[in-house]
This record gives sequence, structure tokens and C-alpha cells, in this order.
Amino acid sequence: MRDTLRFLLGDERVEIASCDPTLTVLDWLRLDRRMTGSKEGCAEGDCGACTVVVGRLDRGLLRYEAINACIRFLPTLDGCHLLTVEHLKGDDGALHPVQQAMVDCHGSQCGFCTPGFVMSLFALWLNEDSPSVSRIEDALAGNLCRCTGYEPIIAAAQRMYRLGAADRFDRDAVAKRLSELSDAATLSLSGPSGRFLAPATVEGLAEFVITEPQATLVAGATDVGLWVTKGMRRLDPVIYLGRIEALRQIEDRDDDLQIGAMATQTDVRSALAALSPEINELMRRFGGEQVRNAGTIGGNIANGSPIGDLPPVLIALGATLVLRCGGENRIIPLETFFLDYRKQDRRPGEFVEAVIVPKLPADALFHVSKISKRFDEDISAVCGAFLLRIGEDGRVAEARLAYGGMAGIPKRAAVAETALIGRNWDEAAVTAAIAALPKDFTPLSDMRASAQYRLTVAGNLLRRFLIETTQPEVETRVAGLLAEVGHG
Amino acid sequence: MADARKRLEVEIAAGPLGAPRIHDSAARHVAGEAVYVDDIAAPVGLLHAYLGLSRIAHGKLVSLDLDAVRAAPGVLAVLTAADIPGSNDISSTHRHDEPVFATDMILHHGQPLFAVVAETREAARHAALLAKAVYEEATPLLDVAAAHAAGGDLVTDPLKLERGDVAAAMAASPRRLKGSMEIGGQDHFYLESQIALAIPGEEEDMQVFSSTQHPSEVQHMVAQVLGVGSHAVTVEVRRMGGGFGGKETQSNLFACVAALAARKLKRPVKLRPDRDDDMVITGKRHDFICDYEIGFDDEGHILAVDAVYAARCGWNADLSGPVTDRALFHMDNCYFYPAVRAVSEPLRTHTVSNTAFRGFGGPQGMVGAERFIEEVAFATGLDPLEVRRRNLYRPLGRDVTPYHQTVEDNIAGEVIDRLEGSCDYRARQDAIREANARSPIVKRGIALTPVKFGISFTATWFNQAGALVHIYTDGTVALNHGGTEMGQGLYVKVAQVVAQAFGIGLDQIKITATTTGKVPNTSATAASSGSDLNGMAALDACETIKARLVAFATTKWNVLPADIAFLPGRVRIGAQEIGFAELVGAAYMGRVQLSATGFYATPKIHWDRKAGRGHPFYYFAYGAAAAEVAIDTLTGEYKVERVDILHDCGTSLNPAIDRGQIEGGFIQGMGWLTTEELVWDEKGRLRTHAPSTYKIPVASDRPRIFNVALLENAPNREPTIHRSKAVGEPPLMLAISVLHALSDAVASVGGHKVCPKLDTPATPERVLAAVERVRAEAGA
Repeated sequence: MRDTLRFLLGDERVEIASCDPTLTVLDWLRLDRRMTGSKEGCAEGDCGACTVVVGRLDRGLLRYEAINACIRFLPTLDGCHLLTVEHLKGDDGALHPVQQAMVDCHGSQCGFCTPGFVMSLFALWLNEDSPSVSRIEDALAGNLCRCTGYEPIIAAAQRMYRLGAADRFDRDAVAKRLSELSDAATLSLSGPSGRFLAPATVEGLAEFVITEPQATLVAGATDVGLWVTKGMRRLDPVIYLGRIEALRQIEDRDDDLQIGAMATQTDVRSALAALSPEINELMRRFGGEQVRNAGTIGGNIANGSPIGDLPPVLIALGATLVLRCGGENRIIPLETFFLDYRKQDRRPGEFVEAVIVPKLPADALFHVSKISKRFDEDISAVCGAFLLRIGEDGRVAEARLAYGGMAGIPKRAAVAETALIGRNWDEAAVTAAIAALPKDFTPLSDMRASAQYRLTVAGNLLRRFLIETTQPEVETRVAGLLAEVGHG
Repeated sequence: MADARKRLEVEIAAGPLGAPRIHDSAARHVAGEAVYVDDIAAPVGLLHAYLGLSRIAHGKLVSLDLDAVRAAPGVLAVLTAADIPGSNDISSTHRHDEPVFATDMILHHGQPLFAVVAETREAARHAALLAKAVYEEATPLLDVAAAHAAGGDLVTDPLKLERGDVAAAMAASPRRLKGSMEIGGQDHFYLESQIALAIPGEEEDMQVFSSTQHPSEVQHMVAQVLGVGSHAVTVEVRRMGGGFGGKETQSNLFACVAALAARKLKRPVKLRPDRDDDMVITGKRHDFICDYEIGFDDEGHILAVDAVYAARCGWNADLSGPVTDRALFHMDNCYFYPAVRAVSEPLRTHTVSNTAFRGFGGPQGMVGAERFIEEVAFATGLDPLEVRRRNLYRPLGRDVTPYHQTVEDNIAGEVIDRLEGSCDYRARQDAIREANARSPIVKRGIALTPVKFGISFTATWFNQAGALVHIYTDGTVALNHGGTEMGQGLYVKVAQVVAQAFGIGLDQIKITATTTGKVPNTSATAASSGSDLNGMAALDACETIKARLVAFATTKWNVLPADIAFLPGRVRIGAQEIGFAELVGAAYMGRVQLSATGFYATPKIHWDRKAGRGHPFYYFAYGAAAAEVAIDTLTGEYKVERVDILHDCGTSLNPAIDRGQIEGGFIQGMGWLTTEELVWDEKGRLRTHAPSTYKIPVASDRPRIFNVALLENAPNREPTIHRSKAVGEPPLMLAISVLHALSDAVASVGGHKVCPKLDTPATPERVLAAVERVRAEAGA
């Protein structure tokens, strides 16, 4: 057991003995440390004004990523390197190339979002050499600017590489210092409002989940963070999964991938991108980059949201879920995990340990579409993931049509699937499936879309699927990577 | 020698004015060193206030039990209307319809009922949730239709503009049509939410740091609520993290509550609402329903327009009067209506009190005008751009607006022609039509729309400004004026004016925070007027000081005034040249006053609202945009692929800053017309109260091809500062081109025979519905 939080803030080693489990990184910076460069714009991980860069050791290698400080709990930085906009200037006071490029390109107007953009660009600058415009837009999708219209910021992202490659950070030295901070002891931290428990092993976690039945399990905190900042909930104790390296692993096996629950959306995207360009694109549109760097596959599933984007895809692929209780594993089809709105088949003492994702059969037809009001960084109105296998007779032998946003849970369209089975994959089959959809779903009207729109689009996505699989020359996508490269 | 002199003359002519200077705070922005109100080093003893809000939209507040709030950890005080020493009234129009705290009737969901003051913001937020309010709920009137059905109570007097005999002209028109358009509202989504920090001083003094576009009004409101004279209250704002009109009146509440708490507790108090609460409490852009009848001929000439503009104003008047007025002032856009009648209906509803937002009603009026054009184009089968052109204002006979001001410059046609050529509009339109014929799912559309926007506050008395310029004995300058900096680059533009006037560098000028203690009785930084007004006021102050310096120099060096010139970095006095600092130092020794105030009042303007006649605008700013989009006819998804803009800034004070206003205004307007959808539920609760649900454009929404040009060689006809034109608001309306490009794409599914009549915001859902309707009506 260790009862002190340890991390690096710039060059400084910080040790904190008492800390509330849900104190946000942003509040700590602004209120405790009086480092006011990072801003609060929304306190829900959508605007990016609070963006900071966090370095951590990933299998021994130092890795820096942009995250939202407003919904990240400070104790989750244990063993990490925290960099804020205040750390970028050189010792001589010179602006960092990222900052200088923003100045040169008139990239700030009111300036409030600017520190966040600078840090997102800084993360890009650290990790990539010559990003395309698409990649730059993607890296900035989690940063809102209301003044500039983004054009000068994109220009700055291109210019920053021409202003020198050096910075003041010695990666080797940081890696060494971080490795000195890393240990196998459970971090058990207390503050006035509760306890923060961060085991370093799966076994330790399994025990806590049983012994602390009131605990809130926290992975990336991209949703739990809002329980605190918006829902004003006090969580005690918090069990954090992020120190368990084993839970972050993604194992590529012959026929499937076993993905640890703590694998971030960024890492899951890398792993699943090989399965299909559509999954790659879907996951590119998953929150902003800061959210993907924090949010995890386990959290996205265990959270049970009806509009999470991964479950429909995983259900269509036929994924299974590994639930663990103590030393026991229970493996269930993912689609049976979702029982009802915000209700899952997770028993007391259980936690999501891993997801097993079958690889696409070579003969499968596969399709993913996400429909949202805004194309990037938005939550689905409808998400559809479809897998079809056509038999040797040319008829549909297997159909898995999974939807998000159409019901209280991510759900397959069983009636529509039946309507497809045994038919030729053609307009008549799609028409029959579309006619069946109202028997599968009675979607809600809400601020994202009306029930009617959801139902119409759910059907039209099947039509899009048909066209893309039978008439690849037809243009079907207007935005995003699939529009740029063509869906074929 | 001749070359050197010529270079020098060019240098003088160029000067700091007209140069693309960077924003004065840019280096601080990127380093996180620019200080916003929440970043000000906390004064010792700082407390935090938070607002307790109504959970119903309409009804009677029967009782309010605040015991649990008081008893919560960290709480020092709970404040209600009973604690207000002055007036429980922050109505900016003095209609007494906007209390700080509700006392009896609840008029919108999220209306403040009380404030709690605690040691930390978190403690205050938690405590605020513990109130137990008992309500007698009534049915809220949430939108224009409900307000109409209930009798149509208005928050302020409507306006009627009328010219010609509309009934006769309509009857005589060969063709007529009627229609209705929904025009959506918009949240400002300034990245820095509302905030105020109040620090009590001795006696009744109160210093307030407020994120506001209107420090003088905050000053007056705080004084009114505290029951003290305005001279006891000083309001300061160095910069805002965005305003867009949302901090013209909406900052009053937060400043007044912070000041009230500071007064009660005799300690500094800060109030910063959470983003969601900010969105729930504060007013937004007005949504409108425009019902119209148009008379026209087969050649696409509009002959008569009769239209009613009904606006959801919310629970109090706020700025709804002038906003709905400005909608009417722009119901013509660039088009001449031979006979016209336009009436506003500023309707009272039980929703947030809608307020100023970049364009201030003008965009809604213009969106309506472009709908009229579209209707006529589809009815006559003419190309929409041709219909636009045929209806433009023209000198002699077709140049009088519905408010009887004559359009004197008439450059819309020229702007359209230039843009049409430079963006290859016709060829692209043909190519798109051809490509659409071969593309069953994705359809493209293109549209070119113009903008004419009237510059001046329509409340004539607001068109005044003051400035204060100090020169210190080392030749450095402190500049202050009544305009506020919200990112639009006002500070650097005015500093450029001063630098030019004295021939000194921008680094010699300290731009100081706007404060009511230095320049009093200022107007809101609004109506795009910031640099027009404050630039002239600052120049006036500079000229006063320069006159004193010249008078001093003529005596000291025995030269004529004509022999003295302020050149870049030096002053020519007769045959010699000395440094500016040297002259200033000598003038100080000669006991010359080196500080001056400046003042400016816009000439020429007048407006008789009752008669609906006058010359409310000093001049017009013009522009045009051509947008190309692709839509997916299966889902309604779309992408703006290319935009070309030609915009009129007169002779730009700073082309880099102006370009930023054009690009940013365009994208903000595009958001308003596309993905930014405000949704209230049947209980009157705003469901889109955070960026997770309210979708402003992100980087990938901007067009990949975005060609922006400033109209060249187009000095303002009026003697404005440097012959420039205001640029804050007009570019927002360039985005109407996107709406009509979407419409053009939708129309393609019906062979361009059926008018898509896209209402706004044109979300993917609305686009898909329009596709289905057009397809059905066209029988395609």
C-alpha cells in the first residue's frame, strides 16, 4: 500500500498525501497551484479549453497524449508526467514553435480556447511529423473555437513544423523519473470527501471489487467525470483501473482480438482499424482525441449507454465479454450484457476484464454508419453496424444488424434480420428488412433526432449498405475519411 | 535621394494603419498568460456565489425553503430579493420586467430564485441544489405558436415599416404566393462563460471585474441593485473570452449578484455559473417565424412584400425591441421592394429572454429576404442568382429602403459580379448539375448570396464614444477607450490609430483595460461599431494632444505649424528631426498637458420609430459568398466543400484582423443555419444546454476550400476612421449562402422544380425531410 500520490508536473516532482478522489486535474491546477493557463469552458470534455498533455510509460516507453483536465481526476495521474500550456515556453522565454505558429497565423481571437488548442497541437507536434489536413482536423476535433472559424489554426498546425523541432523536454530523463515512480503497490489515497484506490494488478482489483461493493469503478472517467462536474455526485470510494498494465493489453490472436478493458479508444481504434476502414472511421469520430485518449473499451461497454458507439459494432461482429469475479471468469455474448436502459448483466463483485472481438470472416459483408447532427465529435442519433454472410447460393445466410440510438440499449434488429435470411442481397431484401424495422424498434424523439428520422435513417443505412456492397462506383458518403478515400 | 524620399512617403502612408498587425494579446493567449476574470489572482478572503434556479418554466412560487442551503457545509449566506438594498430590477430597457431574483411569478425554467455564498465554488454549487421550492405550476407558453394562441402578449411595442400601397401592389401583381419560414435561434457559446468578481471598497464603493461588452450598463445596474450612485461603482474588463452579443446585457445578472453578495458579506465574491447553467439562464439569438406574401411577375421582379416577423422573445423585453426592429431593417437585404409592409411581433414566452447576438436580428431578416428570392425563382423557373440580380437596389428609382433611407452606394451588384467571376460560379453550377444527374445518392448544390448590413446603433444616442490618451514623459502612451475587447481585435485596431497619429510603434502604446473609471457613459461594444466609434474618439484625443505639441513646438523652435510633421519614429520640426520622446520630454518641461480625452458622435443619422422613417444607418457594409455543398439523400448528412467570399471592409484598418472576423463570422453563421439546434422540451426545459448536445462547428466543418478576399480599392464613402468599414457582424450573414447551397442540392432530387423551403437550422434531419418532400411533390 502506498498512501501518497506521485507524479511529475513539468520538471517538478509532486507528492500529495491527501486528495479528494474526484478532484479534477483542472481544479487542482487552477485553484491549488494557481496555474490558470488551462481554462474551463464546459467541464464535460467537449470543448477542449482545458486540454493538457499527459505522459505515461506504456510498456516501458514514454507516451504523451492530450486529455481533458476538466473531467480527469487528479489521483489518476499517479506515475504520469503532466504538462500544461505554462510549460511550453523555453527557459529563455521564447515561445514554443506551436505557440509561435499560432501567433504568426492569427490563430487566436478571444484567446480563451487557445491554451487548449496549443496543447492539442503540442501533442500532435510531439507524436507526428507531417500530419495531413484531415489528421489535423481530427486532432483538433475535441477543441471548440467560436471566434476564428479554425482556418488560421489549421494553418498554424502546418506552420509549426517549420519553426524548429527542438523543445526543452528531455524524454529519456522523464522516462527514467517516471519509472522510478512506478511500483506494484496499491495506491490508497484519502481526502476529506473519500478514498481513492488504485490497485496495480488484476488480482488486487478483483479483490477490491468484492470488498468494496459501494465503490465506483473508474476507467477513463470520460463519463464518470460528468457525474461529478455536472451531476454533483460525491463518489466514495473510487476504484481506478488505470494502473493495471495487464488490463490495457490488446492481444491479436488467430481468429480474434482480446482487448483488455482499460485499452483506450485510441488503442482500440489502432487495433480494430485493420478489421475494417469503417470501424476506423467510426472510432475516429468517437468524441474528440482527448476523450479517445482517456475513454476505454471497458468503460464504453460497462457504462451501458444506449448511444455508445462501440457496442453496435462489437455486437455485429459477435464479440463476447469476459466478466471477472474474484478468480472466476464468466464469458457471455456482448449482446446479452445489455438488459435494459442503463441496466447490465454485471453481478455483484464482477467487473469487465476484457472483450473478445472475432475478426471479420473473409466472405463477410460489413458496414458501419454513424449518423449525428454534427459529423465530428458528436453523439450518435443512430449508429448501425451490419454483418452479412452470403451463402454459395447467393442468398443471405447470416445477418447481424446492430443499432445504437434506436432503443434503450444497443440492440440487434431481429425481425429485420429474419427478413433478410434466405433472400438474395438486393433491393427487395432491403425493402423487406426496412419494412420490418418498426417491429424491432420504437425509437425515442429527443434533442438529437426525432423518432421518425431515426427510423427512416435506420432503414436507409441498410440501403446504403446495399449500394456500397453492390455498386461501389456510387458515391455514398459526404464527409470524413470514407468520403475522402471512397468507401470501396 | 528621390527613391529614399519616396520610400519614406510610402512608409508614412502605410503606417501602422492598414497593416496586418497581430492581435495585441496573441503572445499571451498562446502562453496561457492572458488574464480573464477567473484568472485574476484571488483577493484575500474571496468567497463564491452560486445561483439557485427555478425548476419550472411558469407558475407561482408558493414557498421557498432555504434552511438546508444555509446549513450546508461552507455556506456563509443565502440571498434573496429581500436582501437587495436597492431595486430588484436589472431591466436594461427600464421596463422593470427583469428582477434579479424571482419573488412571486416564475417566468422561465432556470430563472434565478436566490444566491448562496460559500467558501468555495464547489460548496456553493452543492448547497444551491438543496433548496425546497413549492410551485403552483401553470402552463408555459414556450414558442411563437403557443404565444399566438394565448393572445400574443408582446414584450415591447411592435414596429411597422411601410412604403407604397402594399395591398394595391399585391393585387396588381401578376403572380402572388404565400409562405412561412421558421428561423432558429442560437446560443452564443462564448468559450468563457459569464463571470463577475466584486470587491467591496470603503463606504459604498464597489469594484467589479465583469466579462461584459457593456461596462457602463453593468455599472448602472450594480448601482441600481445596491441602491448607490453610479459613481460608487467601477466596472473593469480587460478582455472577454468571447461575447458575440451574449455579454451585452446578460452579464448584468452575474455582476449584480456578485456585488450584492460582496456588499452583504463585506468580502470579495466571485460568481461563475457552470456552462450548463449559463446556457439555461441566459438569453440567445431570437428564433422567428416569418409569414410572408410576395407579389411578383414572370420575369422574377418582386413587386410587393407583406410580411410578419414573429419572434420568441422570452420572459422579458431585454433587447428584443431593437433586435426585432433590426430584423425588419434587414428584411430587404440588397433588394428593392416597390411596395412593402413589414411588421414585428416581439412575443412574450416562458423561455430565456432572448438577446443580442452578432447581427442582432439582421440575419433573421436577411434569411427571410433570401427565402423570398428563392420562392420567386422556383415559381418563375429562373435561376436564383438571376432573380437576386434583377431585384437589387439600383440608383434612381429603385434605391429606397422600407424605412425610407436611400441607398447611396449600391455596390452589391459589383460585389456579386466580381465574386461570380472569381469563383467560376456558372461553370461550376453546370458541372454540378451534370454530376448530380449521374450520382443517385450524393447530390451537390451551389449558391451565391449577397449581404448588405446597416451600420450604426438604431438607438441613435448610442452612437457616441469616448477615449482617454496619456503620454508619459518617456514618450510611452497609455490608451483607454470605452470599447471592450472580446477577441475581435478592437484594442489593436485603436492602438494602430494612435500609433499612426503620433508616428510611434505599437510597442510604445499600453492598451489598458476598459473601465468606467476612466471613460464614462460608454455604449455597449456592439453593432459592429467598436472601431468606428472608439477609433475616432481615440484619434480625437490624439489630435488634441498633437495640437498642443505643435503649438509648443512652434514657439520653442520658432517654426510654423506647417513645418511640423509626425513621421514614423520621429517628428520633423522645420529642418530638424527629433524623437517623439524628445519632443514629449521638452513639452513636459514646457508645462504642456500630455493627456487628453477624445469624443466622437456619428454624424448624419436619425430615426423616427413611430413614423418608421429616417436615416438610421451611417453606411452599409457589403459582401457576397458562394458556397458549394454535398448532401447525402439517404441520411440528410452534408458537407460544405467550398466557399468563396468577397467582403467589403472599406479601407481595412487591419486586414488580418478583418479576415479573422470574416472567416469566424462566416463559420458562426454556418453553425447557426446548420447544426446549432436549440431544443426545449414540453416542460420548457432546455435540452441542449452543453456542447455535448448543442453542436457548434468544429474544425472539420469548415470548408476545405475557403477563399476569402477583401474588396479592394473600396474606401468608405463616409469619412469613417481611415475610411474603413465595420466588420464584426456583416460576415455572419455570408453563411446564408450555405443554406441556399443546401437548398439547391435538395432541389436537384425534384429536377429543380419544387422549392425546398429549408427552414433553419437545416440539420441533417431537416435536409432529409426536405429531400423526401421535394421528391414526393415532384413525383420523382
